[in-house]
Amino acid sequence: MTTVELVSPFVLEYAYKRSTGPVIGRFLTALRAGRIEGVRTATGRVLCPPVEYDPETGEDIVDFVEVGPEGTVTTWTWVAEPEPGQPLSEPFAYALVKLDGADTAMLHALKCGKDALVTGMRVRAVFAAERSGMITDLAYFQPADLPAPELVPVPAEHPVTRFKAPVHAEYTVAAGATTAEFLRGILRKELNGRRCPSCDKIYIPPRGSCPLCGVRTSEVVPLAQKGTVTTFSIIRIPFEGQVLEPPYAAAHVLLDGADVPLLHIVGDCDVDDVRMGMRVEAVWVEDLQPTLASVRYFRPIDEPDATYESFKEHV
Amino acid sequence: MALRDVHIAGFAQLPNSHDLDDYDEAEMVQEITERALADAGLRREDVGFTCSGSNDYVMGRPFSFTMAIDGLGAWPPIRESHVEMDGAWAMYEAYVRLQHGDVDVALVYCFGKSSLGSVDKVHTYELDPYSLAPLQVDPHSLAAMQARMLLEQGLITEAELAHIACRARRDGNKNPNAPHSDEADADALLAQPYVREPLRAHDLPTRTDGAACIVLRVGGGGPRIRGIAHIMDQHQPGSRDLTDAVSARQALEAAGGADGVTVAELHAPYTTQVAVLKRAMGLDDEVAINPSGGAIPACTPMVAGLVRIGEAAMAVRHGAPAAIGHATSGSLLQHNLVCVLEAE
Repeated sequence: MTTVELVSPFVLEYAYKRSTGPVIGRFLTALRAGRIEGVRTATGRVLCPPVEYDPETGEDIVDFVEVGPEGTVTTWTWVAEPEPGQPLSEPFAYALVKLDGADTAMLHALKCGKDALVTGMRVRAVFAAERSGMITDLAYFQPADLPAPELVPVPAEHPVTRFKAPVHAEYTVAAGATTAEFLRGILRKELNGRRCPSCDKIYIPPRGSCPLCGVRTSEVVPLAQKGTVTTFSIIRIPFEGQVLEPPYAAAHVLLDGADVPLLHIVGDCDVDDVRMGMRVEAVWVEDLQPTLASVRYFRPIDEPDATYESFKEHV
Repeated sequence: MALRDVHIAGFAQLPNSHDLDDYDEAEMVQEITERALADAGLRREDVGFTCSGSNDYVMGRPFSFTMAIDGLGAWPPIRESHVEMDGAWAMYEAYVRLQHGDVDVALVYCFGKSSLGSVDKVHTYELDPYSLAPLQVDPHSLAAMQARMLLEQGLITEAELAHIACRARRDGNKNPNAPHSDEADADALLAQPYVREPLRAHDLPTRTDGAACIVLRVGGGGPRIRGIAHIMDQHQPGSRDLTDAVSARQALEAAGGADGVTVAELHAPYTTQVAVLKRAMGLDDEVAINPSGGAIPACTPMVAGLVRIGEAAMAVRHGAPAAIGHATSGSLLQHNLVCVLEAE
């Protein structure tokens, strides 16, 4: 199926923090201190890891109960090749562990020789030396008959109310056939749009589907490298990830013949001269790459400004 | 209040493929919606409500569903909604919307791509953010822990799992919308190493790209929705019985039960989950399970559930008196949706 080779790595990251609320906060505060606490429901069941309400009745939980640190494995699997971010870098097991005193099982890592793994085995919680109020403060479980490392105390601070929960996911983004065709045109210094067969509008960057009509666009239309500034903004403040030195002008440039403006930069002039109706042309970089950044910017040309009437439908 | 009779008037899917690099969101949606409307004999102007299912973490693109709307021709503006879930739940919303009584046709679509990133990694973020997500427990590990419980309690054998896999591959290879799987007999499969003990490669889903669309219509013929319901179990895998799927059984009951059903399309990404669902829903051997191959040979995130309903509808269109389309969400069959379809 693949006719497209234009792919690009992409990393999605969110630097989220999670607030814990009182129940999970108390659980994590206890873990930081080297203890495991479950919650007791009105029916007398002890749930660990805790939840804020009885999952069966929706009632508030009644109180907290210390459980473990030993427990029994109810099921497990072996991770022969751990992924980065998983609890242990050496081969390990994930297991469900029913801690002594609890009626539900906790999922966590189990550090154990593979041959010793068996459902029903007795295990013990091992705490990380450095603890900050996260589930990973409980580093892993290990067989209960192995000597447990001594708990390293951490200073008792105020209760845990939040922790860092970053999201990191990596992708390989494919351009798609329509965008790839456009980007290949850029390597030839062409700006090619696509026309909708139903409404005749010409889109650039091209779209495979007309957003107004919902039909496939049909025809590649080479567009002029000249156009009109329909609107603009002067960027005067720096921000993270900024490529250009402020101040600079970001503008919508309506290429002659196109029906939608292209968002780009206006250069080679004082930002205070940039105006609606200004006529501009594309300036290409030396080393063409399959990206719209191969157009370095649009620069003013010696033509009278376009009248507002001529582009008002495209602002 | 009597419910309005809703029918599946049209269905279309892109072939579930290892990659659909040529299509962007809008192009996928443009093609499937056009084909499903043609299948229903309807036009875009006939649609009174549109609902989609997709997931930004799968697509790696914030607000990817807003790009997809470019495939719809949403001008003049349309009544539109979205769920960050499998398209089966978008269909549930559309079904409820049709009950309002003011519109008669709803368009439901979904799309997803496994090829862009790691679906396994993305799944770790759907888990409880306090006690599970920081452990980065992957879906195969979760499924393997469920599988061990089934095996050690004597509810299934590894040989039976291999037979489920053989059948899923064979049926998938007859389905033009599933990618080709290498077929092998059960003994050969059982000779393969574990991926996550006790699961082998044949027990796991093949991750694919795809898109699907269903057109719902009040009246007008086609497979009739006897009922549709979704119910959720507890989230924590250690606090529910992983050998059962209580919410699937309850959802089937709430959707009108399995009377007359001869085909069940079950959204079970793992061989073990085919067995769990079959038992939980009380389906006997007279019911053909996953004649399309199911979600093992072709598991497109956010799509495989709606495709099960579409395949069930096609089974009814081709003569089955009644069929079940099932979708699941969350981990280890936590959340189950059942749509029971019947011939008029």
